[in-house]
Amino acid sequence: MSRKFLSGNEAFAEGIRLARPQVISAYPITPQTIVVERLSEMVEDGSLSAEYVHVESEHSALSCAIGASAAGARAFTATSSQGLLYMAECLYYAAGGRFPIVMMNADRSTALPWNIYGDQRDSLSQLDSGWIQSYAENAQEALDLALMSYRIAEDSRVQTPYMANLDGFVLTHTYETVDIPTHEQADSFLPPYETDNRIDFDNPKNMAFSAGPDTNYIFKYKAHKGLLAAAEVITETEKEFADIFGRHYTGLTENYRTDDADYIIVTLGSIAGLCRETADKLRGQGIKAGVVRIRYMRPFPNEEIAAVLKNVKAYAVLEKDISFGNEGTVFTNVNSALKKAGADVRGYNFIGGLGGRNISAADIEKIYTDIANGTDAVNFIGIGGGNNGK
Amino acid sequence: MQEILWLGRGGQGAFTAAKLLGAAYTIDSADKYALAFPSFGPERRGAPVRAFTKLDTKPVTDRSQTEKADYIVIIDDTLYSPQLLGQLKETGRIIVNSKNKTDGVLTFDADSIAAEFRLPTANTVMFGLLVGLSGVVATDEAVEAIKGYMPAKIQERNISALLKAVQEVAE
Repeated sequence: MSRKFLSGNEAFAEGIRLARPQVISAYPITPQTIVVERLSEMVEDGSLSAEYVHVESEHSALSCAIGASAAGARAFTATSSQGLLYMAECLYYAAGGRFPIVMMNADRSTALPWNIYGDQRDSLSQLDSGWIQSYAENAQEALDLALMSYRIAEDSRVQTPYMANLDGFVLTHTYETVDIPTHEQADSFLPPYETDNRIDFDNPKNMAFSAGPDTNYIFKYKAHKGLLAAAEVITETEKEFADIFGRHYTGLTENYRTDDADYIIVTLGSIAGLCRETADKLRGQGIKAGVVRIRYMRPFPNEEIAAVLKNVKAYAVLEKDISFGNEGTVFTNVNSALKKAGADVRGYNFIGGLGGRNISAADIEKIYTDIANGTDAVNFIGIGGGNNGK
Repeated sequence: MQEILWLGRGGQGAFTAAKLLGAAYTIDSADKYALAFPSFGPERRGAPVRAFTKLDTKPVTDRSQTEKADYIVIIDDTLYSPQLLGQLKETGRIIVNSKNKTDGVLTFDADSIAAEFRLPTANTVMFGLLVGLSGVVATDEAVEAIKGYMPAKIQERNISALLKAVQEVAE
């Protein structure tokens, strides 16, 4: 193990190097660029043995990864924002073809107005594409997820592509201390990719075929079951990861001071740290505040969220997303989890950080006081509610 | 937590200095943590750049921009304004690269030291002045950070400039 001072992008690239992908196809886009630059340098200096394919677009980047995966190779690509949207058609091909590709997405706002800064409207718009979706909080978790992602995606019970999301700039471009495992450790954790879901001249088979109305839904059902199965595989993988690397992760969600909490903020990504610090401050004033950080949006942690939120007085969902004409998509998902569990708790949606706008400690403190006093169902931080979504 | 705000212009290496400090602080200690980040945006030569280093003995989870700094290090004196005093903690200090004296701030002619070692910018000189004045990292940790995170061919001159700056403060 070695310690280095790296950005989120660089840390993720180190994790990918340890995972030994055989094919990397990429098209650069801010703020993803550095991860693919580092990987190209690693291929150039021989520290990573992979076919590095420069493609002419994101659509081609993922198409190339699909082809590589169909040939039985471990494939990696990365994108962001409009690049993710441009490859959207291929996301569904990758998931439906059950190709366990790993892709890093640097979460960035979507046009128009054009903007390069971080929010989560790009990846959250693709929740239905059939990919596993994780959201890292810091550079160490980013590296660790890069390594774990292939174990999870390639598991025979799962066979589903994996999108690892890192908040643009706040995570991709922030430097922090990262422990990098050795190749020996990584190799003992992640064996080479082996699959029957590949082109094989000795055992020819039909791949990426069409299926009519009588059978199509069965494939969709199986894709759904595969994604659901990722939940237990994530737990198993994290346990083995902890045994080898000594770092512990907590599955689909991470709870902070939730056991006796009256008021909880549910959020995802790098803003969770400031939420925890604010919860600590309010605890010092006698307010029982807590935080649930969603680590995986797919598979969605229905039971985990309901188990925590059913006992609180009120909760907020803080997200860098808005589904125009309704509410934030994370809020919709969280509310559904509670409804399915039969819980009746007042929840409020807070939309913030769009286009990279700063969310301050004061903003987060106000969320806790707002949900304690009651507010509009959907609130834009710094603008207000105005009965949106009531 | 100690927070250092770096001010420079695009191309002067303010963010590089912010990273070197973070790397130096954490270089051989398992219980020290740092965060370093620039004011995000498209990079343009000559445009004002802010960079931040946060140092602590527990993981730094607050990723927001520093509002009250322990030190403000200014690589280009045209970026100094008295309002910056309001962004300091009570015990905070401002260090400016300048040939002219300014009330309430520490000024050093870092450009002259940089020129002596044929460096196009004074970022590692200012890093050395900060090290000498604050002791926030040890001199050898700062040297190790340069060795670990700067291109090989410019390491020696930057280390010499840093050591000269540390010595300057001691005198």
